[in-house]
Amino acid sequence: ELKRGTGRGGGAASDRMLGFLKEPVVVTAKINVSLVALTVMGLMSRLWRLCYPRAVVFDEVYYGQFVSLYMKRIFFVDDSGPPFGHMLLALGGYLGGFDGNFLWNRIGAEYSINVPVWTLRLLPALAGALCVPLAYQILAELHFSHCAALGAALLILLENSLITQSRFMLLESILIFFILLAVLSYLKFYNLQKHSSFSGSWWFWLLLTGVACSCAVGVKYMGLFTYMLLLATAGLHFWHMIGDQNLSNVSLLCHFLARALALIIIPMGLYLSFFYVHLALLYRSGPHDQIMTSAFQASLEGGLARITQGQPLEVAYGSQITLRNVLGKPMQCWLHSHTNTYPIRYENGRGSSHQQQVTCYPFKDVNNWWIVKDPGMQQLVVSNPPRPVRHGHIVQLVHGITTRYLNTHDVAAPLSPHSQEVSCYIDYNISMPAQNLWRVEIVNRESDTDVWKTILSEVRFVHVNTSAVLKLSGASLPEWGYRQLEVVGEKLSKGYHQSMLWNVEEHRYGKSQEQKEREVELHSPTQMDISKNLSFMAKFTELQWKILTLKNEDTEHKYSSSALDWITMDTNIAYWLHPTSGAQIHLLGNVATWASANAAALLYLCLSLWYLLRRRRRIYDIPEDAWQLWMAAGGICGGGWAVNYLPFFLMEKTLFLYHYLPAVTFQILLIPVVLQHLSDHLCRELWAG
Amino acid sequence: MAPPSPPAPLPPAGRARSQRRVPWRRRRSSPSRPALRARRLRAPHGRDCIPRRAPRPAALRPSMRRARRGAARGGCPRMPPRQREPRRGPGAPPRPAPPAATRPAALALVTLLSFASRFHRLREPPHVCWDETHFGKMGSYYINRTFFFDVHPPLGKMLIGLAGYLSGYDGTFPFQKPGDRYEQHNYVGMRGFCAFLGSCLVPFAYLTVLELSKSLPAALLTAFILIFDTGCITLSQYILLDPILMFFLMGAVLSMVKCNSCADRPFSASWWFWLSLTGVSLAGAMGVKFVGLFVVLLVGLNTIYDLWDLLGNLSLSLVMFGKHLLARVLCLIFLPLALYTAMFAVHFAVLNRSGPGDGFFSSAFQSQLIGNNLHNVSVPEHLAYGSVVTMKNLRMAGGYLHSHWHLYPEGVGARQQQVTAYLHKDLNNLWIIKKHDSDTDLSDPSSPVEFVRHGDIIRLEHKETSRNLHSHQHEAPLTRKHFQVTGYGINGTGDSNDFWRIEVVGRRTGQLIKVLRSQVRLTHVATGCVLGSSGKTLPKWGWEQVEVTCTPYLKETPNSLWNFEDHINPKLPNISLDVLKPSFAEILLESHMVMIRGNSGLKPKDNEVTSKPWHWPINYQGLRFSGVNETDYRVYLLGNPVIWWLNLVTIGLYLLITVATAVALKRGVQLTSELKELSRVVLHAGGQITLGWLLHYLPFFMMGRVLYFHHYFPAMLFSSMLTGITWDALLKFCAGFLSPSTTARKVYGGGFLALVLLILYSFYLFHPLSYGMIGPMASHPSSPMAGLRWMDSWEF
Repeated sequence: ELKRGTGRGGGAASDRMLGFLKEPVVVTAKINVSLVALTVMGLMSRLWRLCYPRAVVFDEVYYGQFVSLYMKRIFFVDDSGPPFGHMLLALGGYLGGFDGNFLWNRIGAEYSINVPVWTLRLLPALAGALCVPLAYQILAELHFSHCAALGAALLILLENSLITQSRFMLLESILIFFILLAVLSYLKFYNLQKHSSFSGSWWFWLLLTGVACSCAVGVKYMGLFTYMLLLATAGLHFWHMIGDQNLSNVSLLCHFLARALALIIIPMGLYLSFFYVHLALLYRSGPHDQIMTSAFQASLEGGLARITQGQPLEVAYGSQITLRNVLGKPMQCWLHSHTNTYPIRYENGRGSSHQQQVTCYPFKDVNNWWIVKDPGMQQLVVSNPPRPVRHGHIVQLVHGITTRYLNTHDVAAPLSPHSQEVSCYIDYNISMPAQNLWRVEIVNRESDTDVWKTILSEVRFVHVNTSAVLKLSGASLPEWGYRQLEVVGEKLSKGYHQSMLWNVEEHRYGKSQEQKEREVELHSPTQMDISKNLSFMAKFTELQWKILTLKNEDTEHKYSSSALDWITMDTNIAYWLHPTSGAQIHLLGNVATWASANAAALLYLCLSLWYLLRRRRRIYDIPEDAWQLWMAAGGICGGGWAVNYLPFFLMEKTLFLYHYLPAVTFQILLIPVVLQHLSDHLCRELWAG
Repeated sequence: MAPPSPPAPLPPAGRARSQRRVPWRRRRSSPSRPALRARRLRAPHGRDCIPRRAPRPAALRPSMRRARRGAARGGCPRMPPRQREPRRGPGAPPRPAPPAATRPAALALVTLLSFASRFHRLREPPHVCWDETHFGKMGSYYINRTFFFDVHPPLGKMLIGLAGYLSGYDGTFPFQKPGDRYEQHNYVGMRGFCAFLGSCLVPFAYLTVLELSKSLPAALLTAFILIFDTGCITLSQYILLDPILMFFLMGAVLSMVKCNSCADRPFSASWWFWLSLTGVSLAGAMGVKFVGLFVVLLVGLNTIYDLWDLLGNLSLSLVMFGKHLLARVLCLIFLPLALYTAMFAVHFAVLNRSGPGDGFFSSAFQSQLIGNNLHNVSVPEHLAYGSVVTMKNLRMAGGYLHSHWHLYPEGVGARQQQVTAYLHKDLNNLWIIKKHDSDTDLSDPSSPVEFVRHGDIIRLEHKETSRNLHSHQHEAPLTRKHFQVTGYGINGTGDSNDFWRIEVVGRRTGQLIKVLRSQVRLTHVATGCVLGSSGKTLPKWGWEQVEVTCTPYLKETPNSLWNFEDHINPKLPNISLDVLKPSFAEILLESHMVMIRGNSGLKPKDNEVTSKPWHWPINYQGLRFSGVNETDYRVYLLGNPVIWWLNLVTIGLYLLITVATAVALKRGVQLTSELKELSRVVLHAGGQITLGWLLHYLPFFMMGRVLYFHHYFPAMLFSSMLTGITWDALLKFCAGFLSPSTTARKVYGGGFLALVLLILYSFYLFHPLSYGMIGPMASHPSSPMAGLRWMDSWEF
């Protein structure tokens, strides 16, 4: 569509209504045949035998599970990037009528009959194919010759790493497509700028730049690099406009606002909308629920929502609650106690209080229930009307099953000797008094009289005697503690950390004063009736934050590589191996292309430096317009390569060869640029001289 | 590494005394000066001062005439009349240079105040505060000449040691933990030295701003901000690296700025002086902490800009340009490098006794240290069966082959005993060499000695746990491409996966293996992989020791080579060995590798509250230097919040002003000469300082290591200078709108005075943070800090 050359209709004649009666309707179309041919070849190379192999190839095993979850509308969190790319892949599944029933567990597993392999791989392949005409157009818009543009497109067409990456259900080809589209639209827009500002096509290309940028960012965060490059370019171009005295201040302001709208506001809005659709599609609870806060979980259908539905909102004296640690690392867990005591002596010889263990337990259990008690009263039931607990109130926490009080004292914790041990108090009559008063501090309160709310309030428990704060240390206790997580009283609490925050997850108003009855009550499921809904922005903020901060363990993959390996192509990735025939698919660059791209980049750098230094001494080797051309092409192609490549040296995550593909695409575009420059200027001089 | 050690980046300033007076005096008398000032002074309103040499304008406006009278009264066009007490309020917006006596007086005043504020209550508290436990200890190591290892380069600690030595501290205090009382030990010398350097920051910043903005009020404002910032005071009062670093850093900045001002007289004596002083300060900054790199970057960018400018100057021949280039290469690259190397030479020359840092270094290096078990070592020369040995990895900062009773956790390869590389000397590093096919007790004195030969197949038994070194085709814990190495078997009985072929690099079959000298490779017989250390730190379950793997890739790297270090075999005679003496270059390289590895090893632990870079400019949270409870003497490192928030606001303000100015200039708005001068200061001087701030702040966002609040202080210096420059320019600009010069002066003076009073009052409020608090916490109404805990995150 976009790349179909310029189609010009005889529509100019249609200004008169009945014109067709006087003159024949003539439609003339100018079609760039080479461009069409390139597109067709691109499609052929990417789509040919798309279904082969009919087995899970490399990262399809990773993205596939998300496609399945989309089909089943089950919520998930993927820390590898924003959801737009996943959604596009899922769109492929949707078009093919995929029901999501496939177990994505192993590379090389045969697809079952219900998996629409062709449609799943179609979108990435199309995106990869369209990169070929895009490359042609970009060079043409940079004012390079048809020949150079043709060369660029051919190089992209024949780059086997790009072909490999496009033919499977992977995101890189989609990313590269949007990146190139953004660059092309910006160039089109910029070239229209001189003659027809604010015309329809000017607006079209400007808006398309913004849209393509946000799509690129939405597919993978790597898209940010190109977005930044284009923003910088637009900023530079606008800076030149500021210096243009012919433009009035008002029109300058209009230009600025148009750019801000198209390049900043619209991309942000689109980015938000990706999340909106993502959250709208995925409304069922699923395997990743536990990463999210209780409030978020409660907004999903099934899972926690089923349990918490209809709980009383305000925690009152006598409430029976479970307390979940807000941090959720190393795993989500609830404050827990059981009848076992701390060993009198630890392995390293230190002593303990020998009181009842308090831990954080990663599974739902009846021992996770605690009762909020007013220190001044004996009763463990909610009075009528309930007396809500507010910020700053002092409470005691009674363990539901054992009826012991949560306690901490100046005894070193089992694994974190700098912190205090937390226990459920047992009176051994050894002049170690109970210290079981805790002050409730609601951290996310709006006022100092806020009521402690189920799920919503994040609470710190500050020990009244020692000012220690109840904290999850993250360490896992040895055998005597059943490998549950250690809970300590942090004396020197350095600011706020989520490991010190707790929120009420399950909650009901206790009714039974008798211990036996209460046990029955604790074992029974909660049931009541209020529902809470988070606003979209709250959900978005939380999900975005989790995506950015969730870290998978830093493990080295068999085929991971370092950024330096990529230029020299010292690495490859085996994507697939046929179990019997030994047929294989590897991701590997085209050696000739990569080597010449490296040479082109090096040559470009040296030549630019040479010109630059000489120009500084007022020696002009090439005409001014050729210089402008050279700099613009370098800024886009060389700059694109640099911004998509160099940041990887600073990253600590596991890297693969495919991370280099966007960069190498730009680097390949540099080859015809340098070649044409050489032939136009240097070689001509040589021949002439 | 001791966990509480905070790494710190900091910048300090350069050579103090000599430059304090010379520079501007000379400048004023330089020939180019009057012309420049003339341009600056010719203003449409306010007092104008028209130098005699400048061409007289055709018609003078009334205001100018008034100004001229003023000038006449002042007696000299270069030194216009004195309008008011110079220290307090500067005069009218187009304020010319103050009278000759003002500047030295102002400098003397700020220097005095600075020293007074830093040396006040220097002895308090008389116990070890915060990181004094590290740096004081390291100073003692220098005095005792004991070798140690630290992640920072040696200069700062050497200077601390020197200061202690000169002030009569004998190096006997153990500096065990914060809170230990010094008792009779003389610690004031070391603290005084740091306080002295910390005090120099103020005059340095003052001179830098004066040089950049040519405005006394701007310089004074900067100086007041730094003098009365509680954070800067606290950080200067203890035995820490930060004041030293900041001293060199500010020194480099000042010399750079001075040198730029000398650009009109290249190759003059003062030009050379400032240029080489820049180089010296750079070496100093780098030599204290690696964050000194940021100031090197700043100076580097400035130099490139400078050279670019010179290159564009066509009146300068290429030969001259070459001279400029060479001079800079000499002073800013070779000189600092030479000094930097020299300080390492001194470091290694001073520390010649074995100490706690030995294990981090190679066997060859250790043999240089008096008291090390490898110094003048005498061990059995050739390896024999039954010998007890330690094996050290040959990579830079490689560890000893180590094992302990703990198993690999669930899900990490096979659940067998861990084998790691460990940097410290430890009993668990001992292994026994056994034959692969017989388990005869070789320690039996009657059995004959049998030497191990190149190509033999052996079994290595861990002495403490009696398990064999074992490998199999499970993924290694971190390097997934390699195989896992474990300890396997009971009491030495294992399986065929315990067999290793021992090979010496560059030898043939049958030759004997020499302790220390032979570089050995252990090949796993069953899988063909080679024992190596990947250099990656294992997570908590592996006690943060280094991963050991068996690599199937047979690339010859030091990672997969080992040497035998200790060798115990009672049946063999001990022979004295001269281990190959490493060259200085090797030692230098090795120590840097060790430092870099140490630095990257300082990772934050899970669930530990760490300081984030975005906390810093907003003064979100400080550091406890001393004391926790009500009865303790408490010192809390926290910036004066009023000053810090002023700095923060100013950065935003500066950005706005810069954008507005740049756009106005680009749009070709006609500015008065006065505004032109103002815009030059804002864009050029302010830009340089902002660049410094960015360079000292942004990189922290990308650092993976543990960060602390005090890392921000170098950036804070730049931020304070920016505040001085920006507010001065802003007040001048506002005053410029008010035509009667008296009103303008009032606005300008009033604004300036208000800022200074604000700073003074906030210092009065917050000074107990630096000078110590005893008594109830801030939450209690009777505390001196009552009501001042403006943010919940502050802990006082």
